[in-house]
Amino acid sequence: MTTARAAQGSLTAPHKLDYTYKRSTGPVLGRFFGGLRDGRILGVRRADGRVLVPPKEYDPDTGEALSELVEVAPTGTVVSWAWVARPREKQPLGRPFAYALVRLDGAETPMLHAVDAGEPSRMRTGLRVRARFAAERGAGVRDLEAFEPADGAPVEPGWPRPLAEADLPEPVELLRIPVKLDYLYSAGQAATRFLRAMAEGRLLGQRCPVDGKVYFPTRGACPEHGVPTEGEPVDVKDRGTIVSFSIVRVPSENLAVELPFAAINVLLDGADTTFTHVLSEAKLEDVHMGMRVQAVWLPREAWTASMRNIKYFKPSGEPDAPFESYEAHL
Amino acid sequence: MAELCAVVGIGQTKHTAARKDVSMPGLVREAAERALADAELTWKDIDAVVLGKAPDMFEGVMMPELFLHDALGGAYKPVLRVHTAGSVGGSTGIVAASLVQAGIHDRVLTVAFEKQSESNAMWALTISMPFAMAVVAGAGGYFAPLIRGYIRRAGAPEDTGIRVALKDRKNALKNPYAHVQLPDVTFEQIASSPMLWDPVRYLETCPSSDGACAMVLASERAAAKTPRRPAWVLATEMRSEPTYFAGRDQVIPRASLDNAKSLYAKAGIKDPRREIDVAEIYVPFSWFEPMWLEGMLFAPPNEGWKMVYEGATEIGGDLPVNPSGGVLSSNPIGASGLLRFAEAALQVRGQAGEHQVDGARKALGHAYGGGSQYFSTWIVSSEKP
Amino acid sequence: MRDVAVVSFAQAPSVRREPDRNEVEILMPVVREARERSGLRKDEIDFICSGSTDYLAGQSFAFVAGLDAVGAWPPIAESHVEMDGAWALYEAWVKIQTGSANAALVYGFGKPSMGDLPEVLALQLDPYLLTPLWPDAVSLAALQARLCLEGGVVSERAMAEIAVRDRGNAKANAFAQVKGDFEAAKLLAEPYLVDPLRKHDCAPISDGAAAMVIAAGDVARRVCRRPAWITGFAHVAEPQDLGVRDLTRSRSTELAAEKAGALKGRVEVAEIAAPFTHQTLLVERALGLGRDVAVNPSGGALAANPVMAAGLIRIGEAARRIHDGAARAVAHATSGPCLQQNLVCVLEG
Repeated sequence: MTTARAAQGSLTAPHKLDYTYKRSTGPVLGRFFGGLRDGRILGVRRADGRVLVPPKEYDPDTGEALSELVEVAPTGTVVSWAWVARPREKQPLGRPFAYALVRLDGAETPMLHAVDAGEPSRMRTGLRVRARFAAERGAGVRDLEAFEPADGAPVEPGWPRPLAEADLPEPVELLRIPVKLDYLYSAGQAATRFLRAMAEGRLLGQRCPVDGKVYFPTRGACPEHGVPTEGEPVDVKDRGTIVSFSIVRVPSENLAVELPFAAINVLLDGADTTFTHVLSEAKLEDVHMGMRVQAVWLPREAWTASMRNIKYFKPSGEPDAPFESYEAHL
Repeated sequence: MAELCAVVGIGQTKHTAARKDVSMPGLVREAAERALADAELTWKDIDAVVLGKAPDMFEGVMMPELFLHDALGGAYKPVLRVHTAGSVGGSTGIVAASLVQAGIHDRVLTVAFEKQSESNAMWALTISMPFAMAVVAGAGGYFAPLIRGYIRRAGAPEDTGIRVALKDRKNALKNPYAHVQLPDVTFEQIASSPMLWDPVRYLETCPSSDGACAMVLASERAAAKTPRRPAWVLATEMRSEPTYFAGRDQVIPRASLDNAKSLYAKAGIKDPRREIDVAEIYVPFSWFEPMWLEGMLFAPPNEGWKMVYEGATEIGGDLPVNPSGGVLSSNPIGASGLLRFAEAALQVRGQAGEHQVDGARKALGHAYGGGSQYFSTWIVSSEKP
Repeated sequence: MRDVAVVSFAQAPSVRREPDRNEVEILMPVVREARERSGLRKDEIDFICSGSTDYLAGQSFAFVAGLDAVGAWPPIAESHVEMDGAWALYEAWVKIQTGSANAALVYGFGKPSMGDLPEVLALQLDPYLLTPLWPDAVSLAALQARLCLEGGVVSERAMAEIAVRDRGNAKANAFAQVKGDFEAAKLLAEPYLVDPLRKHDCAPISDGAAAMVIAAGDVARRVCRRPAWITGFAHVAEPQDLGVRDLTRSRSTELAAEKAGALKGRVEVAEIAAPFTHQTLLVERALGLGRDVAVNPSGGALAANPVMAAGLIRIGEAARRIHDGAARAVAHATSGPCLQQNLVCVLEG
């Protein structure tokens, strides 16, 4: 549940994106990550013989397919670097470090990774570095934990090494990569006004200044005319008519409602737009268009600046609304 | 004022629940390589790349054209990424065509894809935001009440949707690229499949697919050199309307009707049902076939379901709809619109194999998205305009 | 090619964090102003195109809400790119070239303050090889800056002077965010933010929006006293991999400038959207600008950088100068890490 803090201005609330993606790697990257798991670094040979690290299944300049994998040394040279004095939580190492472009011996192109140099005075273009692999592997590019300074490490001969089929590492075919981002979401003025009214048990509609239609809920603009709906708000009743509905039998990611339930499009008395909600305290087979419904609120003490103050709608017991009264909203 | 534009190469992947054998670059390259091979062209023959796909959250990559375009031969070339919700595949094709029609490029590669198995489509479509004003039970929960509204309004028999689903699922058996292929599918099987969002049943619903579609669009000059018969773009149209406003008809939106009217006028079509030989229409839930038959002016208001009942939309009927099996059979969301456009082109090029409609000369490709608010369409022809 | 001109332009003030309004509320008055200033009726604008990106808000289909700001009724021909509004302008310009439209409304908007923008931008990178390392946008630019510095292509002093110039110019721009009189020597005495970049080398984070109306030939002449004609328009993308590109020059800007014919005449004004000082220098060089060009009179991206609108604003600011009497201007937009993709628009009076 979001907790809304009414700061000066708009209501804000934290919003988190957090998903671990299942990324299949394909034939070339699969081997590359297999190599990292085994403590080896692979590249791919381009048409002109130059070695691209990390490898791609295609040449970035031409689009032509690439497949000849080779192995490069775990040592290389810093081509450029940037000192991250205040690392972010998701970045490698958890202490100040350098991002660097490192050209591994045997490769023509540098790869981007971290250098665990300890302090910026240790870093320089031309620094020799060596790959340090993580204790636990199989996770992808972070199997290579970072590079470390390796001053004076010579360029050993024999790189890049060609790889016969039998030399190829077992591929890592699937990576689990978390993507987490934190936001502070801002509701905006109209939604703030609307939700503050909800916190007081009021259903606020807004009129379009052009045609007088009452919008509920309101996002501050009449979408038909592209003008703000800023005038005196209109109180909309908490009872209305079911314009359409569906019996939902399949779970939804963002709804914590017992299945099956009736999803309803409601036209509240006083409003000219419908919105979707949930019907309860009714037999599913009794739900029908034109049914009159009444909002069931959470107890007053539980009210917050949220639409969820209305738990659900229930049949009001009134006779059905005539078809003409809601036909236009079908 | 516009230059001519033709489809000279078409490619797609075998759509499936999860393409675990390829990376994202691998997926799009597979479709693109097939399109290039069809056109007998190479990467360096392409002047520009137009990529389309649905929300970035599906794959968790922001603006993926940036990391992908060079996999499509786009290095040091112009690259665009179109995003118009579910209609995006269609809009992508239209933007690509306009680059040729404007006389800017001779050959444009357009690709649309989705690798939605990397996350969860339901989650990505309806990411929970703070201050939510509506309680929406996923895409189905949004569309099902509209379908119920159509049934009421048109007096349509309750099994219309099942008939559409049966047709599309049988058609899919003739399309080697289709995801869902049920060799023994029957009316009873569909009718007894679980109800998801009443009145939409499981087998009346689209799958979640990984897939890509690619086309090479060419100028008249470039099309003259192409080995196979081109599909000429006769007309394209886009129309959008707001998601909601007082009095909005969400069932047969005016944006759809306006799109159709304008599209047919541009293409010189006066009687669409008679003059169009085959239509690939974006039908993610079976009931959208009768609804969009009305929305695209093939049937008068409230009579779309009659065309279904008559069998008019079967292969062999007077307006076959979705001979490919449609979105009901394959739904890589970002690609689905471009697949409709591509399948229309396959038809008029005579390349649709087992699901070919004999003698197809004019075909409609259609895509829609959002809250039934975005409509992108094109008409292709085997004859040069 | 049809003659197409910018006939009006409007923008919201760029601010570090818009405290009250959401994206639609910021956008609505900007769209209204661009429309009103255009002199065209709503029904005379027959195409609308916008640029925005979902990840700024962390919301799928975030752009759909933007449609509320334009009053898309009766239904309109409308499209959207998940890119800066400058590319939405390109799509609209192409539409007019096909003859399907005669006038277009284009807008771009974003509220990057809601997230940690340099971190969010790490999602633009290769999802297998780079994003899992979470290199933020400033760190990547710093890698490029060092190559430029050590390659003798730029100096820290020259970079500081760009910051001084642009933020000084911004004093005259009511919409700019970071403005004032700075001294290069004092700036250079500040500590590094991400060595070798200092805070002054980086664009601010800005919430904002911009909108523009373009029109073809006679329509433009009818409504605008001195239309800003788009006489060249091109964009080019480089491969993303930092290891396969020459980061000490902006090859894609050179190519786009050539295709757009930027050097076919004398350039009086240039507006550059590069969000880092060293990148501004690279772009100036790639555009072939002479010493007599007024660069970033608006302050450029270093004074205000509302992503998804920043490129469109450069074109709008350049167009304004033409409206006010300048003869020829060049505007630049960029996307992706380290000037990966670049757009050049040439405007003439």
